[in-house]
Amino acid sequence: MILPFTIVVIVVALLAALVCLGFAIAKRGPNDYQLGALALLELLLIAQAVIAIVAPFVGNPPTGNPVEFGAYALAAILIPVLAVFWALRERDRWSSVVLGVAALAIAVMLWRMQLIWTVQAG
Amino acid sequence: MSAPVPASRRAPLATGVGRVLVVVYAILAIGATGRSLTQILTRFADAPVAYTLSAVAAVVYILATIALAAPGAAWTRIAWVTIGFELAGVLVVGTLSWVAPQLLGIEDLDPFGRQATVWSLYGAGYLLIPLALPVLGLIWLRSRTRPTAR
Repeated sequence: MILPFTIVVIVVALLAALVCLGFAIAKRGPNDYQLGALALLELLLIAQAVIAIVAPFVGNPPTGNPVEFGAYALAAILIPVLAVFWALRERDRWSSVVLGVAALAIAVMLWRMQLIWTVQAG
Repeated sequence: MSAPVPASRRAPLATGVGRVLVVVYAILAIGATGRSLTQILTRFADAPVAYTLSAVAAVVYILATIALAAPGAAWTRIAWVTIGFELAGVLVVGTLSWVAPQLLGIEDLDPFGRQATVWSLYGAGYLLIPLALPVLGLIWLRSRTRPTAR
């Protein structure tokens, strides 16, 4: 993993959570801003996964447990997609909370992924 | 205990704020499953009791997620059982991990460490969400299964 990129993705995830929860507080349902933020986050997560797959071949192997890391990476990619489907089943303010919670979870997972990648000897 | 509520009067669980509960449960289910699988597959001998409890917690979270999301009286009953079990689990395992970690075979109490389970130290490694969630879940179940007309 590349730390600065991870930080960028975490910031985007936190901003996406803020946007979604902000709309939720304003009693608004899901809209293009929220879905756009989640879509951007998803793109970055896919980029992150590609980086993680390529990194060991260019001299940046994980020192932690690669299986654990892979599980997190896969879950992180699935969560925004599932959250959007789940949120749009019923369009009310709680949909916005669902999207916000998902984005928040992604931020926490990315931080864990960075720790797992860099931990000394798993 | 109030009389059983007829199915026709039951409100669905996965609606409104209930959908937020489902998403938090789903994320916790994914997290607990991933962690327990990793622990069991890579270092089960380290702390077999703790890691088995991790796996039990994961199964309970998966069941609770489905029970909250799926319609029908049977699933509502499963939701009560699994969420009740969860509250008992987080309280018992949380307390044991704190006062008698050796009973669980845990030497390292770091909630983010390699021996952490979802329920040790009341779920501190998951921001205490495992402690708050079953309480919120039971409140939600109670509010949705109370008879609407008395």
